[in-house]
Amino acid sequence: MKILAFAEQRDNEFKKSAFEVVRAAKTVAEQTSGEVVALVIGNSVAAIAPDLGGFGAVKVVVVEDPRLATYSTTAYTRIVTEAVKKEGATHLFIPASSLGKDLAPRVAVRLDAGLATDCTALSVDGGEVIATRPVYAGKAMTDVKVTSNVKVFSLRPNVFSAGSSNGTKATVEKFTILLSDADFASRVTEVSKSTGRLDVTEADIVVSGGRGLKGPENFKLIEDLATALGAAVGVSRAVVDAGWRPHDEQVGQTGKTVSPSLYVAVAISGAIQHLAGMSSSKYIVAVNKDKDAPIFQVADYGIVADAFEIIPALTEEVKKVVGT
Amino acid sequence: MNIVVCINHVPDTETKVKIGPDGKSIDRTGVNFILNPYDEIAIEESLRLKEKNGGQVMAVSLGGDTHRETLRKALAMGVDKAVLLKDDTPRDSFSVAQALADYIKGVSPDMVFFGKQSVDSDDAAVGMMVAEMLGFPSVSVAVKLEFDGTTIKAEREIEGGHEKVECSMPAVITAQKGLNEPRYPSLKGIMGAKSKPIEEVQPTPAQPKVEVLVMKKPPAKSAGKIVGTDVGAVPELVRLLHEEAKVI
Repeated sequence: MKILAFAEQRDNEFKKSAFEVVRAAKTVAEQTSGEVVALVIGNSVAAIAPDLGGFGAVKVVVVEDPRLATYSTTAYTRIVTEAVKKEGATHLFIPASSLGKDLAPRVAVRLDAGLATDCTALSVDGGEVIATRPVYAGKAMTDVKVTSNVKVFSLRPNVFSAGSSNGTKATVEKFTILLSDADFASRVTEVSKSTGRLDVTEADIVVSGGRGLKGPENFKLIEDLATALGAAVGVSRAVVDAGWRPHDEQVGQTGKTVSPSLYVAVAISGAIQHLAGMSSSKYIVAVNKDKDAPIFQVADYGIVADAFEIIPALTEEVKKVVGT
Repeated sequence: MNIVVCINHVPDTETKVKIGPDGKSIDRTGVNFILNPYDEIAIEESLRLKEKNGGQVMAVSLGGDTHRETLRKALAMGVDKAVLLKDDTPRDSFSVAQALADYIKGVSPDMVFFGKQSVDSDDAAVGMMVAEMLGFPSVSVAVKLEFDGTTIKAEREIEGGHEKVECSMPAVITAQKGLNEPRYPSLKGIMGAKSKPIEEVQPTPAQPKVEVLVMKKPPAKSAGKIVGTDVGAVPELVRLLHEEAKVI
């Protein structure tokens, strides 16, 4: 088994998911006496590439081009496909990030490969990779296997542990592909950051607010607590539907599914479609004045009280403890 | 402008999922099925594009006879034509995409719309697979779309921000919440949809490359402790998070 692990970078810095994907590939490879080769695509990424050795890559294939400073669906599809063929890889691991979800389906088609998306666990049975993936936003889980010759897996960010680097530096191999203008049929012309905060899918802690906060002006409470915790801000669907907050913060079945170590649900009652999106969080805290709110059914710790009283005090207490 | 919108018929997001007797899919008994929420946004965008540029919108759905209900809703919203690729064998994304792409090829569309994902299998893969099979450029998870006659300028959602993307036509776009506010079907639309024909086509047979071995419920989370009922509980909560859970 030879696994090609796609290591995502933005602005010549690896995303956390890059280390997660390489480590997950290494864990699978160890059970099948296989090996892991990583792939990095960008403008000037050779300098960061060796770091992937510390997470289990024996070699890192690097493809560089000034036009690859930003993402291009078409160019990336060609590069990843050619890298898989050049390496003779049998398995391709990609993060199920916004980039990976755009890229993996195209690569799978070009390789005539099956794709298991958004996997949250991987195991090996009789030399075959078995992937666990949530369906219905996590209301059910499936175990799947890919039956094509080449197999593609996209891995949900923030779920697989990257562990820490053992300091090994991987060999870097530059792979030259002559890219024509046609390879950039679709191209990113500009990248804008919306808030400067972490995205809910990438954050270790998420603080979410619901309709019980009564209005958009009161989300300052949520933001302050999130800042104190170094957390991302999430919201319930009702809040987005009311136009109080942008959709990219929505957690739940028609928003984002998250699995942080800590999820703090403030004034969120816990509709089934919200619970589906967050109940795989490691620890859940709920603050709600309704003791019968369904959110308490999944919360590890709850406070039954008015969020307007609790949250400012909680923010202050957190500041004391985390010592900011 | 020849526009195709691919739509799916999925369990309502309020559904409590139960595992079916085969242990590999859900129990469909008593489940209310709806037009996939993201596909509603895709339909709306198709209609707006047509209203601006002329042409026609065709809705295509792959599935059993139950999908007629969802195709009727698309007709009621205003699409001109509905096609059912009739086949309800279980499929992975690849074989769904294959059936759709094989059919769409014959239609020579200028634009193909999808919802960014179906809220059943949550693969978020079929749209991009169809784009690849058709050899079209694409924008996934679009929250903004402009078309000046030659170039598509779109914005897609990424972690903590947006990307502006440009590509040419024909193209595949997958719609994300925020792209538009879908219209409600008018009474006239609903009445009219009842008499419109739904064309039935035999799709390419399924050749799945991903096999579901088992479906199960996630480990149940049990209710934890209520730390308190007033502000006095705050220090204890923070202590628990810090010392017991060790998450802060």
